[in-house]
Amino acid sequence: MQAMHHGDLYTDYHPRWLRRHVSTYWWLEKRSYFAFILRESTCLFVAWFAVYLLLLIAAVVDGPDAYARFLAWSASPWMIVLNIVSFALMVFHAITFFDAAPQALVVHLGHTRVPGPVVLIGHYAAWVVASAAVIWLLTRAS
Amino acid sequence: MADRITLQIARYRPEQESEATFDEFDVPCPKDWVILDGLNHVKDQLDGTLAYRWSCRMGICGSCGMTVNGEPKLTCATFLHEYAPGPIRVEPLRNFPVIRDLIVDIGDFMRKLVTVKPWVVRDEERPLAAGEFRQTPDEMDEYKQYSMCINCMLCYSACPIYGLDPKFLGPAAIALAQRYNLDNRDQGSGERMEVLSEHEGIWGCTFVGECTKVCPKHVDPAGAIQRYKLTAALESMKSFFLPRGA
Repeated sequence: MQAMHHGDLYTDYHPRWLRRHVSTYWWLEKRSYFAFILRESTCLFVAWFAVYLLLLIAAVVDGPDAYARFLAWSASPWMIVLNIVSFALMVFHAITFFDAAPQALVVHLGHTRVPGPVVLIGHYAAWVVASAAVIWLLTRAS
Repeated sequence: MADRITLQIARYRPEQESEATFDEFDVPCPKDWVILDGLNHVKDQLDGTLAYRWSCRMGICGSCGMTVNGEPKLTCATFLHEYAPGPIRVEPLRNFPVIRDLIVDIGDFMRKLVTVKPWVVRDEERPLAAGEFRQTPDEMDEYKQYSMCINCMLCYSACPIYGLDPKFLGPAAIALAQRYNLDNRDQGSGERMEVLSEHEGIWGCTFVGECTKVCPKHVDPAGAIQRYKLTAALESMKSFFLPRGA
């Protein structure tokens, strides 16, 4: 072994340091890494629903003909498949997002910290309330 | 239960080889032996050239973190018999440059740690005569979890973001910044914000959550980072809507 005078061996760029590079397929190495990538990529489908909603609004604004065309387009088999897949992945996205929420959101009531499960239940309760409000709006209109 | 188990230990001898290799050792496997006991047995009885770090043997010093069968573990807190019938693959912590065998260079973490000022920062030091800072149990509970960090760096080893972008400040450094930010005796959160709110600070984290899973002290660095993201976002909103700091 070489003598270690002048700190020669202890630099960041020492050629004998063994540096291993992360594989491009690191997300396939562990189930939890894969679940993370899946969770992150489902946001594309959430974005698709936002775009779909904007297209719906644009069609409604353009009048009855445009709306009828939008409905016909939405009824095509590939759109139905896309929307079913998107819905399933969006539910997955919502559930994994809610599961992560108690870790990020620390709520205090007075001096006591609201326990994580309560924060989680709060999210689901808000989901139920929002869904009920939408259903109420839809059924009231018809 | 088998009374012996095989350890496959990663070796890297920089003066002889340019890649890591594996050596196999057959070690006793009594119920109360941890991986570190197995390594000590190898060093004492079979091959004295094996290099690894350890000190306290009780999950406090944070020296003996290694990759055991692909998972970052404190080898003093991981029992051999849990892996029976073996073999057990022991490698250095991932995401760090390896110096020799199971020893990694931790300099990057050490340099990052001081940038977040992990100590109580005061605008003005109080004279000793003013006595101690009083703190209620509730106030201590705010940060106590984060203060349990032993700097073992298992979280850095588990974090794919740190592996891909070595500039990322990393889980433990941010959790320790939060430990002081949430301490009511501290007044340094503004100074830490500059470092933490950089792109390589909290925003580098994409919440994979592995750091929290591997933490042997239940510090929850992922939670600390997400909490701080909320704080930083609120602060930047405040400075946008209330530019004069109302």
